[in-house]
Amino acid sequence: MATLMTERKRSALTRGRLPKYTPYVVAGSAIVVAAALMALIGFNAFGWAVLSAVLFAAGNVASSAVVEGRRRATDKLATSLVVGAFLVALLPLVSVIWTVLVNGVPGLLTPGFLGTSMKGVTGAVDNASVAGHTQVLGGVYHALLGSVLITFWATLISVPVGLLTSIYLVEYSADNKFSKVITFLVDVMTGIPSIVAGLFAAAFFGLIMGPGTKTGFVAALALSVLMIPVVVRSSEEMLKIVPNELREAAYALGVRKWRTILKVVIPTAISGIASGVTLAIARVIGETAPLLVTAGFATQINSNVFAGWMASLPTFIYTQIMTPTSPSNPDPSAQRAWAAALLLILLVMLLNLGARLVARLFAPKTGR
Amino acid sequence: MSKRIDVSELNVYYSDFLAVEDVSITLDAKSVTAFIGPSGCGKSTFLRTLNRMHEVIPGARVEGRVLLDGDNLYADGVDPVTVRSQIGMVFQRPNPFPTMSIRDNVLAGVKLNNRRISRADADELVEKSLQSANLWNEVKDRLQKPGSGLSGGQQQRLCIARAIAVSPDVILMDEPCSALDPISTLAIEDLINELKDEYTVVIVTHNMQQAARVSDKTAFFNIAGTGKPGRLIEFAETATIFNNPGQKSTEDYVSGRFG
Repeated sequence: MATLMTERKRSALTRGRLPKYTPYVVAGSAIVVAAALMALIGFNAFGWAVLSAVLFAAGNVASSAVVEGRRRATDKLATSLVVGAFLVALLPLVSVIWTVLVNGVPGLLTPGFLGTSMKGVTGAVDNASVAGHTQVLGGVYHALLGSVLITFWATLISVPVGLLTSIYLVEYSADNKFSKVITFLVDVMTGIPSIVAGLFAAAFFGLIMGPGTKTGFVAALALSVLMIPVVVRSSEEMLKIVPNELREAAYALGVRKWRTILKVVIPTAISGIASGVTLAIARVIGETAPLLVTAGFATQINSNVFAGWMASLPTFIYTQIMTPTSPSNPDPSAQRAWAAALLLILLVMLLNLGARLVARLFAPKTGR
Repeated sequence: MSKRIDVSELNVYYSDFLAVEDVSITLDAKSVTAFIGPSGCGKSTFLRTLNRMHEVIPGARVEGRVLLDGDNLYADGVDPVTVRSQIGMVFQRPNPFPTMSIRDNVLAGVKLNNRRISRADADELVEKSLQSANLWNEVKDRLQKPGSGLSGGQQQRLCIARAIAVSPDVILMDEPCSALDPISTLAIEDLINELKDEYTVVIVTHNMQQAARVSDKTAFFNIAGTGKPGRLIEFAETATIFNNPGQKSTEDYVSGRFG
């Protein structure tokens, strides 16, 4: 008669393992010890947090090394390093978003901020609102419109050029010398400082339209210099991962090459191409330096990219901070700048979310 | 509609490398011809020269003649696109277009070439092609669903339907069953048997039973060693190749003694 074996209370299989509550004990003592040490050298919250984290990691690894052996201790050390690096990387991001939110929300919520321009808002107006504790006047409408228009025209220039370049590279070049030169130049273009792109566009239009030509279109051209390499690179990667089998399948049906590209290759890759383009837009919409030298500064609404100076969000932020509307009372200007910064971050965030949405919408369906 | 193919003294090169040497063979109209042989012996390469698909690979070229009912595919001024619209191909791995529905996949040859087709004609063509590919009953209720949602065997039959929808004269099949289970394989073999009433079918296969089951004539290709070109060793009625081959190496191969 076999008797049923009962489960042993302390399993032989988990011998030599620290009990589950160990990390909590180590964490608790690390916090206490860190607090005590900080009290000795002068307390501050940031140092306390860092010291606690370091002590916690060291305690964890040490206790593991004593009880569990070398392999598990190494594992814990690596885990601590990975998590630590992650937190360090996250710190600036969280800090930036927090600062911009705290400083920007009041301005962004001011009535009329999104709907008015800076036309007529002078130092006297700002002084009056500070003195009377009334709401800050002036808004960002002209800059938002300028950013959207300039980026739209930059996209209009960059997408055809970039997409056709990548089509040439992937479908037609067969890795010849010329394509290697293009790839090299595109790589170089990726690294061009944005101010150089701005100076190029300014100088180019200075030559053909007369010196000092500053319009939204000049800025759009400068941005497209920055945008084209990104579009080329991302579209190239997307076209490359379209399986050759699909091209061959189309050829075998007697379909011409250009039709195969237009109707099989691009539709298959369109989700990746579209999200690449959206990310490229997000990349250039925050560019400041090239806009400073190409679009000028405007305080009023200008919806014509071909004539007149044009404001944009980044230059708006720059001018509001660097040359406050009222030099004696810079606070209203700072509030407007922070609000514009928040708006810009929100725009970029929306574009990134849009890229994901676009990728999902266009992705080939596999439903059964 | 079905044409014969006469190949004479064909050499196939990849850049300077001679991949297939001196092949002369006649593929009869309305028959099934199987190519068998060990891996790397040039069967697929040779098959792809029959509709100029090998040219897609940079550096690939041929010397020799391939006559489609007397017209040389490699004569000056022949457009490979015209050749391919008359000689269809089914590949080893099913490759329906992922962006298209089942219906659009069947119509791909028409639509991608921007040929106008009335809705009624399109419906008829879809039904006829899917019927001939033995797929109609399985997909008739979900023609608007993506082709990539079908099973592997169904996808391969969809690719066959797509190939016959452009009404070619010849259908080339490059190991069409190697990625499929036995049931799907059987379905495709049945289909090949039906297709030969209307088309000239050429099939590359690693499965000798399959060659024996479906083909009228069999060509055995072999290679002397790595780096050497593949050659056509023997071409005869399938029964002869399997029961009474003329060459020692054919006998070794079909009896499983090597390769």
